[in-house]
Amino acid sequence: MKNKKKVLETVIHGIFLILGLITVGCVLLISVYLVVSGIPAIREIGIIDFLFGKEWSSTSSDPEYGILPFILTSIYGTAGAILLGVPIGFLSAVYLAKIAPPKLKAVIGAAVSLLAGIPSVVYGLVGMLVLVPGIRMLFGIPDGASLLAAIVVLAVMILPSVIKVSMTALEAVPKEYEDASLALGATPVETYFRVSVPAAKSGIAAAVVLGIGRAIGEAMAVMMVSGNVANMPSIFQSVRFLTTAVASEMSYSSGLQRQALFSIALVLFLFILLINATLNFFLKRSKEK
Amino acid sequence: MKKFISLTLVALIALVAFSGCGSKGGTVSTDGSTSMENVIGALKEAFEKENSGVTVTYNPTGSGTGITAVLEGRCDIGLSSRSLKEEEKAEGLTETTLALDGIAIIVNPSNPVSDLSLENIAKIYKGEITNWKDVGGNDGEIVLIGREAGSGTRDGFESITDTEDECKYRQELTSTGDVITTVSGNPNAIGYASLASVKDTVKVLSVDGVSPSEATVQDGSYKVQRPFVLVTKTGAELSETAQSFMDYITSSEVSDIISAAGAVPVK
Repeated sequence: MKNKKKVLETVIHGIFLILGLITVGCVLLISVYLVVSGIPAIREIGIIDFLFGKEWSSTSSDPEYGILPFILTSIYGTAGAILLGVPIGFLSAVYLAKIAPPKLKAVIGAAVSLLAGIPSVVYGLVGMLVLVPGIRMLFGIPDGASLLAAIVVLAVMILPSVIKVSMTALEAVPKEYEDASLALGATPVETYFRVSVPAAKSGIAAAVVLGIGRAIGEAMAVMMVSGNVANMPSIFQSVRFLTTAVASEMSYSSGLQRQALFSIALVLFLFILLINATLNFFLKRSKEK
Repeated sequence: MKKFISLTLVALIALVAFSGCGSKGGTVSTDGSTSMENVIGALKEAFEKENSGVTVTYNPTGSGTGITAVLEGRCDIGLSSRSLKEEEKAEGLTETTLALDGIAIIVNPSNPVSDLSLENIAKIYKGEITNWKDVGGNDGEIVLIGREAGSGTRDGFESITDTEDECKYRQELTSTGDVITTVSGNPNAIGYASLASVKDTVKVLSVDGVSPSEATVQDGSYKVQRPFVLVTKTGAELSETAQSFMDYITSSEVSDIISAAGAVPVK
């Protein structure tokens, strides 16, 4: 009887191991595929020309494959979204975690979760129909599809992750810290910003990094509001991100153009790996504390 | 255990059901141009109604991919919204013109301009004319809306207007619908889209005095047009079902269906 149980245990362990390996297998498969299909074009174009070339015209008779405009656009776009989204998200999180009455907290919390559940194509559609014409009229420019429109959309999209993760971090701060601060005569607001926030800072940093990851990887919504022309980034210009460069041309591409798209995906993949590494670093530090 | 057995049974029944329908009717696979979606969709529906059990599949991947798919034998009939290039014919492909499609030049309904010459369209897209007042419109910077690199409509438009690689687009969008939505939302925008999919939310311009319609596309007086072609392997025999589909869609009896879908039949 005991033996039978042992066999069953082993079998179940084996099944779980296989299920776990499926995930690892997928990651490995995608990474290997991306590297294998991304390297040839980089070698053919030359890494310097590819990464620092300012001209992208993949289908012209004399094609150019420089992705510097895409890289800079992705960096500027993400930075803009962080500058706009993090203050709003962070302060909302402080309010929700510390100040808001429970009923209001439940309502706002539900709204935030709902925001997280909206598909990105809906963000794009609303951006295209409301935000783009709005920007055109507000700033008096010929067309509103621009880096600014993309930044606004991305800022809204990162709000839920920034709010949720910072909230969790703030709520995990031991109540004793705050009580001590209050007992020493600090006002509640002083307590939140001098005691709670510093104690939760690695969690909040993780929220910011998560936001960066979400913003840099978004394709659909951005494609619908940014205009998709391979210009060097400028706030009111039509721009193309790393993600949209891959997505907009993939369906019709062939030959070196397609290989170059894989190389762009590889560059994006490396960016995201870097962000994940940073995230892990922050999370680890917050655990060690 | 009971659950497992019943699941297996369900799977088996499903398998039998599906394989049965496959062997009786047969499938025709088509692959290619996204601009041909309406036409192929309508023809597929009519053909499937007349031949029960036959399935026609359509994979909207783009003209280039469709042509490659035929060459590699991944589909029966390739769909291309441009004529085959000489080197593609040399690789062993044959084209059959299914229909013609006018590319409409569209502007916002509030724009007073209603006619442009082909030459002026080229100049506008090359960035030589940048203000609507130079072509008889209001004072406003022209906003050029186009399609992404590789799109059949873009390829068709640029080769007809002779502006290849020279267009100074403000926006490159990935679908006809997006182009129409964007043009309808910006008073100074100009764009191009397949005549078949143009809606009332935008104004269609006439070119050199000829407004696009079935008649003007057919007799060639409307210049901005392109063919919808069916691509097959030269010499290779199609499957029986694919051949009968091919015969059906190139016959004269379907011309009503083609025009109802917005394209212009050849004859």
